[in-house]
Amino acid sequence: MRGVRKRFGAVEAVAGVDLRVRAGEVVAYLGPNGAGKTTTIDMILGLARPTTGSVRVFGMDPHDAVRRGLVSAVLQNGGLLKDLTVRETLDYVSLLFPRCRPVPEVMERAGIAGIATRRVGRCSGGEQQRLRFAMALLPDPDLLILDEPTQGMDVEGRRDFWAAIRHDASAGRTVMFATHYLEEADAYADRIVLLRKGEVVADGTAAQVKAMAAGRTVRATVPGADPAALRSLLRTEVEVRGETVIVHTADADAVARTLLNETAAHDLEITARGLEEAFVALTSASAAPEPEPDTEPAGARA
Amino acid sequence: MSAPGAATGSLERPTLPWGGLRLGVVRIEVRRLLRNRRTLIFTMVVPTLFFLIFGLNSTYANVRVGVGNTSSEVLISMALYGAILATTTGGAMVSIERAAGWSRQLRITPLTPVAYVVTKMLTALVLGAASVAIVYVVGGITGKPAMPMWVWVVTALAVWVGSLLFAAFGLFLGYLLPSENVMQVIGFVLMLLCFGGGLFIPLSQFSHPLRTMAAYTPLYGLNELVHDPLSQQPFAWTWVANLVVWMAVFVVGAAWRFRRDTARV
Repeated sequence: MRGVRKRFGAVEAVAGVDLRVRAGEVVAYLGPNGAGKTTTIDMILGLARPTTGSVRVFGMDPHDAVRRGLVSAVLQNGGLLKDLTVRETLDYVSLLFPRCRPVPEVMERAGIAGIATRRVGRCSGGEQQRLRFAMALLPDPDLLILDEPTQGMDVEGRRDFWAAIRHDASAGRTVMFATHYLEEADAYADRIVLLRKGEVVADGTAAQVKAMAAGRTVRATVPGADPAALRSLLRTEVEVRGETVIVHTADADAVARTLLNETAAHDLEITARGLEEAFVALTSASAAPEPEPDTEPAGARA
Repeated sequence: MSAPGAATGSLERPTLPWGGLRLGVVRIEVRRLLRNRRTLIFTMVVPTLFFLIFGLNSTYANVRVGVGNTSSEVLISMALYGAILATTTGGAMVSIERAAGWSRQLRITPLTPVAYVVTKMLTALVLGAASVAIVYVVGGITGKPAMPMWVWVVTALAVWVGSLLFAAFGLFLGYLLPSENVMQVIGFVLMLLCFGGGLFIPLSQFSHPLRTMAAYTPLYGLNELVHDPLSQQPFAWTWVANLVVWMAVFVVGAAWRFRRDTARV
């Protein structure tokens, strides 16, 4: 089996995540700060050990996968020596891997061939990030992990960075990136895993997750509302506060029709949520809606 | 999407011997150290200057010491001073690299932590060798130090190998102190230790209680040992004891901090 398989239930930061990434997938790990993205990535890289559960990368211990150059990563901030040049940094790292792509080729790919002799300390944030990307490309990894790769970059820097990633992505490598930019996940991932407080709250294609996040809220007064009965009737999660029924749904029309036709609902209203607002609701609210039961958890996959 | 492309090779990839220890990396590290003007001045220029100031003074330079003269005694002291500054600096670089997150970056490469430390030690030794060589070459050019050829060679080697003790010291400090301030601390601490070891002022000129205390400082044993081919004093086991005990302290200290550092994962 190729791909990452990890299963662990750590306290605090990551609270029981089951995730399996298949070879060739481009997965976005989406969530607000503190959702457990970096912790998860550290565990995949062997930089942290799960309290319980296990992480396997290509069926092996993360350390072994790293030692073989199967996995590499662009970590958040830091991780560079200011007094080396771009070229020296890459030469340094390339010496540590038994099998390596040529340094000039990697610089070309990352779009930093023109600044090879520049000191790392004199590079802009975007250039440093592309250098980290070049370092991650050196071992020609089967799995590339990017932790908040465009954090702190301006719009142009972000565009250049993703252009470099996309330029390289045709090789069929598995890519997993953490981000808190919804647009990035939308534009570059086949599959989005939405994380909140160390738990996966949604997992699906961009369209599926967006539909969930961008759904509408149907609110109605239902005398004698019975949560269980409503739940089975509407086949979705229902919030009941006294006689007020609140349903977050991607198909507000169907829910409204059912409520009006088959229950005593009145004073029904439908409100739309903005994409960002919905994302925030999905990832930060303590009573965020559960994923719909019929949502396919698997991602886009040929 | 799942079609195996150029990037997906076999899962069986070769691994490097020696935990990823590479001489090419040592070369880059040395170049990096030499690029730092501060390092260059403190490890190469200052010891040489000290020799030129204290080693050529005609009032005592030609006074006989063992098989040579006082000028050669100062030469050995200053070479030792430069070498331990160089190796301590080399070892303490781990502090800066930890602060910069470079150590963390290296942990997602096949380089093992032990190979990393050995790389640092080798880098420190190369820098130490350069420092010794410069002081000795300048000393030779002045023509003042007088000692038999074999003493030149043996003392230079002894100073160089002995400076490894301070590579361990530098590693210990580097893992202990978290910031870039480590270099200032080193400069000060080493200066004190050099006085204690009798590198700058002969211990015979110290008062008795001071001299007794000095014999317990880390440079005392090493300094006496590297000077012995020249001074031809009766060999004392206390020198070796001093060296061994301090070596143990530094190595155990560095290993302890190193393990904490890598266990934090």
